Amino acid sequence: MRSRYGKALKTAYLIALFGFLYVPIAVLIVFSFNESKSRTVFTGFTLDWYKNLFHNEMILSALGTSLLIAVVSSVLVTILGTLAAIGIHSMKKRARSTITTISHIPNVNPEIITGVSMMLLFVGFKNIFGTNIFGIPTLIVSHITFNLPIVIFSVLPKLRQMDIRLYEAALDLGCNPRQAFFKAVLPEIMPGIISGLLMSFTYSMDDFVISYFTAGNVMTLPIAVYSMTRKKVSPEINALSTILFIIILSVVLISNAAGERKEKKNRAQ
Amino acid sequence: MKKSLAFFLAVLLMAVFFVPAAGAQVTVEEGYDYTRFAGEDVTLNVYNWGLYISDGTDDSMDVVKEFEELTGIRVNYTTFDTNESLYSKLKSGGGEYDVIIPSDYMIGKMIREDMLEKLDFANIPNYAMIGDAYKTEEYAEYSVPYTWGVVGIVYNTTMVDDPVTSWESLWDPRYTGQILMFNNSRDAYAIASKKLGLSLNPADESEVALATEELKAQKSLVQAYVMDEIFDKMEGGEAALAPYYAGDALIMIEENPDLAFCIPVEGTNFFVDAMCIPKGCKNKEAAEMFINFMCETEIALANTEFIGYSTPQTEAVARLPEELKNSPIMYPSEDVMATTEIFSVLPEELAQAMDKQWSDVRSYDESGSSRYMIPIVLVLTVAVIILILRNRAIKRFRDDY
Amino acid sequence: MKAKIAAAPYLVWMVLFILVPLGVVVYFAFTTADGAFTLDNITEFAAYLPVFVRSLLFAVAATVICLVIAYPFSFMLSRMRLNHQRTVQMLVMLPMWMNFLLRTYAWMTLLENNGLINKFLALFGLGPLQMINTGGAVVLGMVYNYLPYMILPLYTVMVKIDQSVVEAAQDLGCNTLQMTAKVLMPLSVPGIVAGITMVFVPSVSTFIISRMLGGGNNLMMGDLIEMQFLGNSLNYNLGSAMSLVLMVVVLICMSITHVLGNEDVEEVM
Repeated sequence: MRSRYGKALKTAYLIALFGFLYVPIAVLIVFSFNESKSRTVFTGFTLDWYKNLFHNEMILSALGTSLLIAVVSSVLVTILGTLAAIGIHSMKKRARSTITTISHIPNVNPEIITGVSMMLLFVGFKNIFGTNIFGIPTLIVSHITFNLPIVIFSVLPKLRQMDIRLYEAALDLGCNPRQAFFKAVLPEIMPGIISGLLMSFTYSMDDFVISYFTAGNVMTLPIAVYSMTRKKVSPEINALSTILFIIILSVVLISNAAGERKEKKNRAQ
Repeated sequence: MKKSLAFFLAVLLMAVFFVPAAGAQVTVEEGYDYTRFAGEDVTLNVYNWGLYISDGTDDSMDVVKEFEELTGIRVNYTTFDTNESLYSKLKSGGGEYDVIIPSDYMIGKMIREDMLEKLDFANIPNYAMIGDAYKTEEYAEYSVPYTWGVVGIVYNTTMVDDPVTSWESLWDPRYTGQILMFNNSRDAYAIASKKLGLSLNPADESEVALATEELKAQKSLVQAYVMDEIFDKMEGGEAALAPYYAGDALIMIEENPDLAFCIPVEGTNFFVDAMCIPKGCKNKEAAEMFINFMCETEIALANTEFIGYSTPQTEAVARLPEELKNSPIMYPSEDVMATTEIFSVLPEELAQAMDKQWSDVRSYDESGSSRYMIPIVLVLTVAVIILILRNRAIKRFRDDY
Repeated sequence: MKAKIAAAPYLVWMVLFILVPLGVVVYFAFTTADGAFTLDNITEFAAYLPVFVRSLLFAVAATVICLVIAYPFSFMLSRMRLNHQRTVQMLVMLPMWMNFLLRTYAWMTLLENNGLINKFLALFGLGPLQMINTGGAVVLGMVYNYLPYMILPLYTVMVKIDQSVVEAAQDLGCNTLQMTAKVLMPLSVPGIVAGITMVFVPSVSTFIISRMLGGGNNLMMGDLIEMQFLGNSLNYNLGSAMSLVLMVVVLICMSITHVLGNEDVEEVM
């Protein structure tokens, strides 16, 4: 009796939780197909908002800018971060712990403060050197800065797991340090590097707060979305959300299925 | 890791989905060479109010795109929502813009701080078509009027009992939680001052302080401080009353016929928003070309019909449909206009006092609950610290064994 | 070792774009617009104490609610069958992959006076309730946006708790509550601390959620700071002082929770 009651409670709790997580998104999606602009009454089915969205040049160019910044900054940050991780890994314990602590600052610091402090820095730069660098350069710099810890902390564990003898063996077998690095070390830490690259790409595409303070007159996709929500709201936003959500969902499902298959294979071996 | 992959592909697919569209041709005044920058890869950064240009939605003309097609100049069009945020953005140097559209008093402030370029009117022949009534003398060298209007109260006739005629209605406790208010200092203070029977250009700090008290008293009635969010809220019946600009009121009434607009009897603000070129503009001649383009009759007409604000371009006024030309909202009568006042540039210390006190108004806690909260927070902090110390003591005690 | 040099570019970057900007914030906080030393900015901040207190309260409320919702869920999740675990975990993460502006916008449309929730309540003759533009809406927005940040670290810790420990407690006569208090809680402290950090910091410093759902009547620290830098009352010095105070508060809160917990926290984050 007690356990049945408990089970029902558990189910209700799970339903409530997932309802809480998904109802808002479901509503967004449903109303992206609404004929009228109303956000509460469904008057009829239409795909017009999607059509409008694909003709919305503000969104298009913002998307282009976001992609450019994300690609450039994630590639740069991956190189810089991987090098840093290797350097940090080879340091003595004390120096290592100091640097890792400082590296955590952008993680722990509220985003708005990172944004504001970088903005002040760039304003200062402009006042001292007289050139305005606000725009794509400042966005790239700030995105690299907040993504550095992400790359470092995804490469460091791989370095720690790696057997140092691998590198030594490569040296013993006649590799010079550079060859040893590329042939023995790099393949070992590659998964960490790739996950760092993808993560920083995503964070860069997704960031609003820091970009808001450092963007100058440039518009990234999140900034464009923000300016859309501050005006007369059009169901184009719903359409945008729906597209993003559906694509994300399908990619997640695919990668999940792939992961499962791999796991099965591993188990079979 | 997975998140990133998903997002990456999402973005990629979106990029594939987007297809650009084509636009129509527009007729312009003869004798002006709009094509002289074609093929030179010029980009103009235009910074305008939100919803302040005909943008191609609802079968309107896409003015920016027309300009790009006509001239071959690329336009980076972005928006701001208050004069003050425009000023902040320019001051920080964070925004480099070629054309901006501030209101009168902000133009004055920017001239005073040497932030604007003088215009070369040889490049803006269409300036001749702007009505003289809208050319303020001290700003004339620096600006070309874009639109003008007055501030009044938009209200939902189904949600208010008596006809709204006065700013008093925005302080009426019957409408608690149903009032929206300007989210910028100058417009908010103008309303409070007018309600008190003062000029909307405060003479000294005591007048600012009086208005501050009024605004603090109003705070408990206000549902939200908004700018362009007002469109959705008023059209959707989310609030009963809101002060806003006449042009936008016209658009709101079009969307929701329950809405009405009144110009309060105490008088109100008459404003002119004008196009300017800030210092640091990279291509002044192209910027002037854009300004000239905005003064083309067809463009001015398209803009004014789309955004609802009155145009100072005389040819365009003549071609407006009768119902707009005779609209008491778009073109108020002489009597109403006689009660209006234009914002002047405030002396620096008054402007600062206003901005500072506006922050106070916004952060003021009308219920006073924060007074109890401070000791509560303190007690909680102490409790947490005691808890930590206790925990540590226990741990040490345990470790001793 | 030569490898240490690899970290040099990173160190330079860190100093230039993390430490120097924070230094600039400190500099601005203690100077007037003319550059003279002053403490006025800090004392002036006292006038904004109500906002400060409100931010703390909202953030604490959101953190506590997140913890209460997430705790049982994370436990259930960690006791599910392995392949279910992955699916459910994915379902929790999925909404987080949408831009947070879009997620917050979704709630805007739900909470309105004429929004769907009030329409739904009206079916039962209830309401309308004023939900949007209240403090409650702001807290709700925080909970919705940051709940997954609480679930994930909790789950990471709990999945490592051996089922036999739980069963032993139950065999020894503990009821669910006792089991949670005596066994689960102490073992999951690192997860709790990490979760609190990851929810509290973005909550206390947000300016988007309060703007979109709070209607400007529920001003938070983030809003005030934004106002000083890009909004109505341009004043870098006051804004920097506010940022500094916020940063100090966050650091204090973090060190309190870290002392409360122990050193394993970083691994969970």
